[in-house]
Amino acid sequence: MIASLPPGLLLIGGALAVPFLRGWLRWAWMLALPVVGFVDLIGLEHGAHVTVALFDYELQPVRVDRLSLAFGYIFYIAAFLGILYAVTINRTAEQVAALIYMGSAVGALFAGDLITLFVYWEVTAVASAFVVWAGNTERSYRAGMRYLAVQVVSGVLLLSGALVQIAETGSVAFAQSGLQSLAGLLIFLAFGIKCAFPFLHNWLQDAYPEASPTGTVFLSAFTTKLAVYGLARGFAGEDILIWIGALMTAFPIFYAVIENDLRRVLAYSLNNQLGFMVVGIGIGTELSLNGTVAHAFTHILYKSLLFMSMGAVLYRVGTVKGSELGGLYKSMPWTAAFCIVGAASISAFPLFSGFVSKSLIMSATAGEGLLFIWFVLLFASAGVFHHSGIKIPYFAFFAHDSGKRCKEAPLPMLLAMGATAFLCIGIGVWSEPLYALLPYPVDYVPYTTAHVVTQLQLLLFSALAFAVLMRTGLYPPELRSVNLDIDWIYRRGLPAAGRAMARAPAGLRDALAAAGVRTAFGFLNRLVRLAGPESALARTWQTAGMVGLILIVMAVYLVLALV
Amino acid sequence: MGEHLPILQVILPLIAAPVCLLIRHAVLCWLIATLVSWVCLAIAILLLLQALEGGAIRYQLGSWVAPWGIEYVVDRLNGFILVIVAAIGAVVTPYALRSVAEELPERQIGLFYVMYLLCLSGLLGITITGDAFNVFVFLEISSLSSYALISMGRHRKALHAAYQYLVMGTIGATFFLIGVGLLYLMTGTLNMADLAEQLKPLAGSRIVLAAFGFIVVGMGLKLAVFPLHLWLPNAYAHAPSAVSVFLAGTATKVSLYVVLRFIFTVFGFEFSFVGQPFGPALLVLAIAGIVVCSLVAIYQDNVKRLLAWSSVAQIGYMLLGLSFATALGLQAGLLHIFNHALMKAGLFLAMGCVVLRLGSCRIEAIAGVGRSMPWTMTGFLLCGLSLIGVPLTAGFVSKWYLVLAALEKGWWPVAALIVLTSLLAVVYIWKVVEAAWFRDPPGTAGRIGEAPLVMLVPLWIVVAANLWFGFETSGSVDVAKAAALALMGAVE
Repeated sequence: MIASLPPGLLLIGGALAVPFLRGWLRWAWMLALPVVGFVDLIGLEHGAHVTVALFDYELQPVRVDRLSLAFGYIFYIAAFLGILYAVTINRTAEQVAALIYMGSAVGALFAGDLITLFVYWEVTAVASAFVVWAGNTERSYRAGMRYLAVQVVSGVLLLSGALVQIAETGSVAFAQSGLQSLAGLLIFLAFGIKCAFPFLHNWLQDAYPEASPTGTVFLSAFTTKLAVYGLARGFAGEDILIWIGALMTAFPIFYAVIENDLRRVLAYSLNNQLGFMVVGIGIGTELSLNGTVAHAFTHILYKSLLFMSMGAVLYRVGTVKGSELGGLYKSMPWTAAFCIVGAASISAFPLFSGFVSKSLIMSATAGEGLLFIWFVLLFASAGVFHHSGIKIPYFAFFAHDSGKRCKEAPLPMLLAMGATAFLCIGIGVWSEPLYALLPYPVDYVPYTTAHVVTQLQLLLFSALAFAVLMRTGLYPPELRSVNLDIDWIYRRGLPAAGRAMARAPAGLRDALAAAGVRTAFGFLNRLVRLAGPESALARTWQTAGMVGLILIVMAVYLVLALV
Repeated sequence: MGEHLPILQVILPLIAAPVCLLIRHAVLCWLIATLVSWVCLAIAILLLLQALEGGAIRYQLGSWVAPWGIEYVVDRLNGFILVIVAAIGAVVTPYALRSVAEELPERQIGLFYVMYLLCLSGLLGITITGDAFNVFVFLEISSLSSYALISMGRHRKALHAAYQYLVMGTIGATFFLIGVGLLYLMTGTLNMADLAEQLKPLAGSRIVLAAFGFIVVGMGLKLAVFPLHLWLPNAYAHAPSAVSVFLAGTATKVSLYVVLRFIFTVFGFEFSFVGQPFGPALLVLAIAGIVVCSLVAIYQDNVKRLLAWSSVAQIGYMLLGLSFATALGLQAGLLHIFNHALMKAGLFLAMGCVVLRLGSCRIEAIAGVGRSMPWTMTGFLLCGLSLIGVPLTAGFVSKWYLVLAALEKGWWPVAALIVLTSLLAVVYIWKVVEAAWFRDPPGTAGRIGEAPLVMLVPLWIVVAANLWFGFETSGSVDVAKAAALALMGAVE
């Protein structure tokens, strides 16, 4: 019976019952949903399941293949772990929003046509904005608004792409589209925004750290990986993705190093990890696409684990500022241990999950002879180890003792972290089950001497660099600071420039006006003058004016028609 | 009985009105109005089904044979419009019970239902008749009653708004009458089908051109085409809530129907679109209306006035579809008539609930009202999403077809404009949602409760329709398609 239900609707429908359930019943219900969904996925047969006619089109709300399934499994696993982690905190709005968000993300994976994809795409956008808002602070409200705006733009682009594709080809199918057509470009841009491409990435670092401790765990797993899935489905083998991905792996490292808010550090490192997946999609070989899917799989786990551990710190201590933490291993030994497992995984230590997935992508890069890209990825790997592998656990749990003492994280959080850590190590040690899930047959052995030695050298030298810099005092100190990123342009730069324009002396203003700058900044003011309540357009006219107007319209028509 | 349905559609409310005038008892009048409006809806649905199956129904009034006698004609197009008008009427009447009792003085309530029934009868009459002069008669019935209805608003401003509407509406109706007079002068007939035959050889006539101008501009005023819309914002904003709902859902739609009927059936596609640049002119006015009025709506602080401005902008979308002069464009326009009636009725219904509890619908007054009236404001939010054109709502369907129609013509910028102006709708709807859900209620406010069930149920019927027709589109889309093809079929 369930098999005929589109995957994802289970979570969305289940979310509606949550407000009516109380206490442990609610938790049992919420935890059962992803389990049932997971079992349902195992039973799904490949191919198109359901077709629905909407307007004049044949929609395919459910299409099952290995690519969708691999993402589907990990989405349900992440959903289960996220819910388990959140058992401690009873926030109905966040729970409902998170379930709808996760359900629509799963649904989007199985969408066989662009219209269904668009619908789920927008639902994830709106529902996840509510997850951000559930942070329940003034900052989270504002960040959520900016986040929603960006996500909606992505949705509008996707819809535009779908419309253009329908107008050009008459097909609504979501398949490999390529960048040659306008439709492909629009869809590419829509995915690019959600995938946090360079210069389109700021919504991620802006919004994720403002959500609640549990909300960030939900957020980190789905939105960007959905975009990775979309790119893998629609744009595998597009060369430009290799360069975009390489840039994505490299530049967030610098921000991650100087950032003080540890959850924001993780958000930057999330961006960097996405870069690896994007490179894999760009290469487009079977090996590299396998690498992308495997990396998405392991990444969701260890990134969740890291966000969980920082969330636990935030929950107990009330801050995750690197400058205010330190020495917490005494109070939260379990959390510290789990955090280190996550850190080791993201750094791709042998025997941890990141190693078995990232080496697929690295081998694919080397196999294609992309030496420069390979070096960039190598540099990025060292950087990851540095900011996520060492910095996060070091500043939170060790470093100088901040004197803060608190209780260990609550039991559900520990359970969730423990289960996630178990999976991280399990996949690292026994990678065959993961490889069996990948879209293409895998003939790959991660644990060769060369791989292990290369990786260990890399890690050891990176650790050495960190140790030397710390000892010599050259390491950028953890300061309370706000780092400027691209978003400065639209959050501060433009408004400030507008204000400056208003105050500037007349001579300067005229000079700038000559350059055409004024037009841009004066636009808003003019709009208010044009459309504001007191403008000629909006205010109540005298009756005589109205009558005059209709006479003019009539006269114009008669003159044009009869003369 | 079945064959007399067309006349019953009009005569029932027309007779019920004087009956109410004699009774004058508030609740009894309400009961009569409710019964009549439901029966009207049933008749309208029966008529539409008949028209869809068996083609146009022709009813000779008093058995006087057309073209000498007056004839009622129900085809797919006006059958569709009849259902819209009757459905809005059937939803508003039960809702009016509490809303009107709160907003009007006791002695006016009976009169309210008299005027309301007259207005309903007039709108249905305009739609169903196949006689050009008869359109004018019913136009006056509906207009005069709607002036009276608007003037019943609780503020003095309502009186001024009604006065302005009266002046403007009378000019519009006069223009329409001049146009019909010119046609009569040229052809000697008033029956629409007969007019169409007689006008064919007269395509080059300047008098016919002038008649076209007077009819289109006159109805354009009633329809609130930009820039002839200036009477509308105040009229909708200051009218009693139930009246705002009713007029927003029906009056402009019926006027648009008259325009469609004249330019396609009476004057013909060739004359209207090929012989003169009517399409491009309409395109310019439609786009100007969409952009300007959406912008103005953003800066309004009175939610009802905001919605009224948004109505003018939405009329622009309907005209945009018409201006493409293609079957797909026309289908999109017709769909938007239907869907806009649903979404705007829902939004005004929700605001009526708010006015009932708060006595105001200014942005600063409704701060935090989402918490005290969750059902009302959730309904508002859902209808607002439909207005924006979010998928799985009715609004998405008509925007979708509108964009497709623009793409079919190869007009990329217009398609882009439709999407971009939808973002303006996001801004003004969000302005209300933000105030209602994210701001704290003003400290002076006492505890207010949710709206009464008799108002919530009609609201949620409309909300459900907004969702239903966004998902299960075959009904609305097929009827609109059939009507559009029937209109275009006259040419092809």
